[in-house]
Amino acid sequence: MKFAVLVFPGSNCDIDCYKAVEETLGEPVDYVWHTATDLSAYDCILVPGGFSYGDYLRCGAISRFAPVMSEVAKAAEQGKYILGICNGFQILTEAGLLPGALLRNTSMKFRCHDTVLKVANNRTPFTTDFSENEEIVIPIAHGEGNYYCDEETLARLQENNQIVFTYSSNPNGSVLDIAGICNERGNVVGMMPHPERAVNSLLGSEDGKRMFTSILKAWRDTHGAASVR
Amino acid sequence: MAQQVSAKEPTAAQIAEQKIYQQFGVSDSEYELICSFMGRQPNYTEIGVFSVMWSEHCAYKNSKPLLRRFPTSGPRVLMGPGEGAGIVDIGDNQAVVFKIESHNHPSAVEPYQGAATGVGGIIRDIFSMGARPVALLNSLRFGKLESDRVKYLFEHVVAGIAGYGNCIGIPTVAGEVMFDNSYDGNPLVNAMCVGLIDHDKIQRGVAKGVGNPVFYVGPPTGRDGIHGATFASVELSEESEAKKTAVQVGDPFMEKLVMESTLELIDSGIVLGIQDMGAAGLTCSSAEMASKAGNGLELYLDQVPQREEGMTPYEMMLSESQERMLFVVEPKDEAQAMEIFERWGVICAKVGKVTDDGRLKLFHHGEVVGDMPVKALVDECPVYNKPSSVPAYYEANAGVDTLRYEEVKDLGGALKQVLASPTVASKAWVYNQYDYMVRTSTAVRPGSDAAVVTIQGTRKGLAMTTDCNGRYVYLDPEVGGRIAVSEAARNIVCSGAEPLAITDNLNFGSPEKPDIFWQMERAVDGMAEACRVLDTPVIGGNVSLYNENASGAIYPTPVVGMVGLVHDTDHITTQGFKQEGDVIFLLGDTKAELGGSEFQYVVHGATEGRPPELDLDTEKKLLSSVLGAIQQGLVQSAHDLSEGGLAVALAESCISGSLGAQVHVETGLRPDVALFSESQSRILLSASRDKAEQLKAYIEGQGVPVAEIGIVEGDSLVVDINGASAVNESVGGLKQVWEDAIPCLMK
Repeated sequence: MKFAVLVFPGSNCDIDCYKAVEETLGEPVDYVWHTATDLSAYDCILVPGGFSYGDYLRCGAISRFAPVMSEVAKAAEQGKYILGICNGFQILTEAGLLPGALLRNTSMKFRCHDTVLKVANNRTPFTTDFSENEEIVIPIAHGEGNYYCDEETLARLQENNQIVFTYSSNPNGSVLDIAGICNERGNVVGMMPHPERAVNSLLGSEDGKRMFTSILKAWRDTHGAASVR
Repeated sequence: MAQQVSAKEPTAAQIAEQKIYQQFGVSDSEYELICSFMGRQPNYTEIGVFSVMWSEHCAYKNSKPLLRRFPTSGPRVLMGPGEGAGIVDIGDNQAVVFKIESHNHPSAVEPYQGAATGVGGIIRDIFSMGARPVALLNSLRFGKLESDRVKYLFEHVVAGIAGYGNCIGIPTVAGEVMFDNSYDGNPLVNAMCVGLIDHDKIQRGVAKGVGNPVFYVGPPTGRDGIHGATFASVELSEESEAKKTAVQVGDPFMEKLVMESTLELIDSGIVLGIQDMGAAGLTCSSAEMASKAGNGLELYLDQVPQREEGMTPYEMMLSESQERMLFVVEPKDEAQAMEIFERWGVICAKVGKVTDDGRLKLFHHGEVVGDMPVKALVDECPVYNKPSSVPAYYEANAGVDTLRYEEVKDLGGALKQVLASPTVASKAWVYNQYDYMVRTSTAVRPGSDAAVVTIQGTRKGLAMTTDCNGRYVYLDPEVGGRIAVSEAARNIVCSGAEPLAITDNLNFGSPEKPDIFWQMERAVDGMAEACRVLDTPVIGGNVSLYNENASGAIYPTPVVGMVGLVHDTDHITTQGFKQEGDVIFLLGDTKAELGGSEFQYVVHGATEGRPPELDLDTEKKLLSSVLGAIQQGLVQSAHDLSEGGLAVALAESCISGSLGAQVHVETGLRPDVALFSESQSRILLSASRDKAEQLKAYIEGQGVPVAEIGIVEGDSLVVDINGASAVNESVGGLKQVWEDAIPCLMK
């Protein structure tokens, strides 16, 4: 299975995502520059955290125009796995690949600390290694992680089981304590917490590892034993 | 003869007649000296350039004789003071690069941008050496957290540090914040950056090779920050508000681009010399690079990217627009360099040439608009040995009996009072605004004695801390200086690391005042002695003088930034108690030392007497025994005793570990003194029961006093002294007091 980690000029969790894939899965992974126009070689695309283009305007507002984003849309359509983390989540909502928007935290301050998440949906390709309603520890680090969508969208998210993670203690004002969602098809996930920062007990938690192992398992399941390395 | 460039600018003759140079902080005698070096009267641009190069900020003219007293070399030091940052060998062809710098005056006027650009500046110092920045720290001082102004400054300084560090993606892992009236109106904002480098990648700021082109990298130059270095070298006054234009505006996204492209450029191996444009911008970087190579430099100012129209040479040379660098390559490598910056979308322009005439020559619109000897700019600023005298307050404090206050009987209440003091209270409100985890290397997060950042691909780590207790330094600068270095070392050792070296930020009042200069001398002597005994040389630093407000000078605050090496991540140790049943030991002697203590300040409303004593040989023995015990795997938790003494250290170990403790203290001291004395060279350790005997025997064998004082147990902190109950508080209750203090004050 081949992973791409997108690199916008202001990405700063790109290295962490790369390391997480390398260390937890040992699968091949490449950095892919924001100007790239071909993602056909990749099975999973990670849109990492950071401040893609400085984000002085609105997080992710400029990134959606990056050449690579139309390829990300194409990959999403093809059913490839796409995971947007933090700024990556913001970018995916700005690009229309996920519904809703991320507003400023109600505290009006950047917040960085561990959070306890509840796995609300363990049937996405990203969460099968968790149990349903399992509580896991994954850190957050954001100033604009307050998930918002209109009533109608929210009803649809609930109905389709698109809410993937919720916070046990809401750190930012998100509607329904939402920490992460997926698209209707389930192959695109966006989340504010950082699973790539939770893959080593020395650094605090290993709970994020299972997101990566889930992805690999999902890919192997759909690609059959022949493709398994 | 250099030309006059603008009709609006005063002529050389007018500058002399009207003594306009005085507005730039140049004295009459310095002006005379400049004229003699120039062989004529300088024009407006030239006097501007001289004034910033000869400011305290750039020339250290009042502090140089003192800085020479520091030990600056050692077997591991690869680069001492003088370059962007110092460098220390950590084995395996790797080295650690670090430096601290102040942005006090800008932050007093415009706290968000002042603090943000302070962070930006220190990051540039690190990556201009070729190092990858891996961590940020800070050291902050504010007035009492009561007035709206202090709260505003605190809130916005923290936001500025967060805004810059979070965006660029370098974790802010440690720091210290203290609050005391002494800093009212003149906050201290010191930022430190730590980087990693391979030995063969180390860069220098030299303009090598006559005829080589000089390149400018970064955003266009604007009119911001003109005379920032001069601004930093005078006392703050009501006029300071009007000097907001001397405060620069930061763009962390741009710095990220400049950083990545610069590191790529350095990695390509074509750079001959590189330096960031910090204080005094283009002036300082060009003059210093030429000076270090023994060369001259020509600058073609029309080629300097400009953000605003009609900028004069004076403005371009003195602008402190942020995120800019200057570098030199050979002509054959020009295209390769340009290609790298183009890919990152960063402006790169050829703005000059290395020459052999030892002069800094400025060209604009085809004319020579400035022509100055480089050596005079960089090396010839007069150095002053200021008069010093023992202040009256110091003499008076000799006779103060710190035990003259009535004994405090409600010790649990006093503990809560001290825990609620913003200086001691949890700083989570601060550090939760910093991204301290990005780069996924932070093994010990903010809030323990020192932060630890792991080094990828090895089992090693770097421990880092900033420390200084200005009250001690005020009460006795020499002892306070010793304590600042020793406490930093204690924090490093408690985290399981071997202290390597320090960077220092000397924050003082006006050196023109003999009382203040005395503080500087004594503090430097104390620090230098401690650095010598503890084998932690000074590899670089910063001096910030003229920190005064309406009521006088700030407490002398020579902040120590120390880095240590964790030899194996298994040694990493934190302050929280780990397990029920673990045995608690107190190392070191507790004496009746309340002078300058947090207890004295909070409970008695005073800062007086003499500070705690500190014997460096005792300290050294303590440090090596604790590090040895940790490395042998005998220690569960380690915590340095500092502000608030034994009581606060116990409470913090309980809170951090979410565990209680049963403690019995045998002492000849008054109970309130025994609990809150800030005697130095003490550390609290805990060990599992099966290793407790071995630990005690080992520490005793090293000649360090050690007492078994209790066990980790339950969910309350229960202390009795000589058999009588002294403290009995639930850990949850203490935690709440400690955690809520700052958020409540900031609501």
